[in-house]
Amino acid sequence: MATVTFDPYLKLEHAAGFADVAHEEKERLIGKVMADPRFPHYLYGCYECGICVAACPSARFYDFSPRRIAQAAARQDIDLMFQQMEEDIWECSQCFSCLRCPRGNNPGGIITIMREVAVEEGRKSAKAALEGYSRIIYKIMSTGTQVSPDMLQPDAFPDWGPEVKDVSENLSLWRRALPPETHHTTTTGWEVAESTILELYVIWLETGALDMIKEVDTGIHMILEEIMEERLEEEGIEL
Amino acid sequence: MSDAVGVIISKKQKFERTPDKRNHDFHEELFELEAAGELIVQRVTGDYVNVPTKYGRPKKIQKAGLWHHKSCGQCGHIPGYSTSIFWIMRKLGYDYNDPRDQTSCTAWNYYASATSNQAAQAAVALRNFAAAYETGYFPLIHCGTSFGHYKEVRAEILHQPELRAQVRKVLGKLGKEMVIPEEIVHYSEWLYAMKDEISAASVLDLSKVKVTVHPACHYYKLVEGDAIFDPEVYHGQRTAAVSGLVQTLGADLRSYSTFFDCCGFGFRHILVQRDFTRSFSTLRKIEVMKEEADPDVVLTHDTGCVTALDKSQFSTQAHERNVGVPVMSEAQFAALAMGAHPFKVCQLHWHSTNYRPLLEKMGIDWEAAWAEFQEDLKMLEKGDQQYLTWADVGV
Repeated sequence: MATVTFDPYLKLEHAAGFADVAHEEKERLIGKVMADPRFPHYLYGCYECGICVAACPSARFYDFSPRRIAQAAARQDIDLMFQQMEEDIWECSQCFSCLRCPRGNNPGGIITIMREVAVEEGRKSAKAALEGYSRIIYKIMSTGTQVSPDMLQPDAFPDWGPEVKDVSENLSLWRRALPPETHHTTTTGWEVAESTILELYVIWLETGALDMIKEVDTGIHMILEEIMEERLEEEGIEL
Repeated sequence: MSDAVGVIISKKQKFERTPDKRNHDFHEELFELEAAGELIVQRVTGDYVNVPTKYGRPKKIQKAGLWHHKSCGQCGHIPGYSTSIFWIMRKLGYDYNDPRDQTSCTAWNYYASATSNQAAQAAVALRNFAAAYETGYFPLIHCGTSFGHYKEVRAEILHQPELRAQVRKVLGKLGKEMVIPEEIVHYSEWLYAMKDEISAASVLDLSKVKVTVHPACHYYKLVEGDAIFDPEVYHGQRTAAVSGLVQTLGADLRSYSTFFDCCGFGFRHILVQRDFTRSFSTLRKIEVMKEEADPDVVLTHDTGCVTALDKSQFSTQAHERNVGVPVMSEAQFAALAMGAHPFKVCQLHWHSTNYRPLLEKMGIDWEAAWAEFQEDLKMLEKGDQQYLTWADVGV
């Protein structure tokens, strides 16, 4: 057996990668994560028991571990947390099965915060993760509903079976065959009142949620900003 | 047998809740803030049913006068889901409000893309709560994710004065008050509370119908103390939502080993990385259910779970995997049991999995029902009537 000549517990230099990113920049970004008021409620130390990993769906199919998320955060390992922000967080399913943690940790919640920072900062990794997602952001922010019946197109969901084609071809008629009065829509899940949508626009603008996507999806941000400001101006609503 | 072993076995024979420090009742802070004039608590009114939650706190479920907070996906691509909830309520004679003054909770997008923030999410929740309060109807949340997310928002609002101030400012611009309902109620909790009335109205013998249940993660893993757990269902060790109703309806409720696993929805994965969703949904849920319980139907209580478990099976069949079981919400199943039309009410033609063998086993002539539905479609096409109405489905 070969003699171990190095300390296996010693952290190797550059083990977390991203040596090209200045440590100060990593500290700034992870500092934003840790400054979130929810962060202290999501982390109480880690037994390293692995229950969260056993419960985690993403851990079964990706090189992903909620335990590593909790451990890195508990140790305030800036380099490792930065690596996770760039490489791991978008694999999480956000199911919160990891809340089974006997210490009450919430690795999924830590990831939610890390994602918010990655989006707000326009990280390349966030852009890549949200590729193909623009239409959803547009839909939820502009109409107040997330998915609409007309999204069910066979070319978008070929893996969902031939019924998608049936829905798509008969959409208007099938929607008229729904008894609830609010369900006859094809471009929104249900009929949302115009005044309600305007209130939603106020929320997106007042809380800075719209500006969060400025860096990560410039095109959609411009379109949404124009729609919202125009509609609010038409109604004489000033912010 | 040693005394210690005897004690352990006796405890397992009869379920007893042990006091847990996590069993904190949020109502304490809620009513304190109300007394301080910081917010309004919308009270449960009229008849209500007490249901048991995980750590023993009884939860009030208002029976009538409910404001339906609808779900994006249910209304969008599983419309028989929400239609069935409304239909059951009408059939049992309970008044409700189906509002247009309601937005999505926007949490599907939030958990998928993080293109929002804590204040925005809380403001959306409280705008919807205020809209319900203004009508006098009590909110009933259709989506499991909306329900879980709103429970989290409630905790954040109760414990973070800065967040309260920020949201109050936004609500002020909308001319709305800060309102939190006395209980945040998921529709499956209402079905659970009404299970005896639903069972009494059932017209089918379901004793031969084998059912497995998938519990929605966001229903009972987020703020886990505020979800139904009943000593009479799974000995109180698993959430009783859905399963309690299935038992009461007299169906053959079957267990399987990956009950706790999620459905694989993944929020962003279902939209832009579905290979993950398909794999998890079929390999960890559907196949395990098939091998261990051989169900005729999988029932669940959330938008994402119905979507992932139903839509993932088609392409998996190409790999000759052991899949092929219909998936629907327990609301649709209960409506069928109560005599609802499988296409006009439950709208099963929007589902991908083959529901026809299940309908046959339930004693429903799906061919005749489909022909009736086609006649209705012709009537709509001809312009004799613009929409199918509640009167057309007998409620």
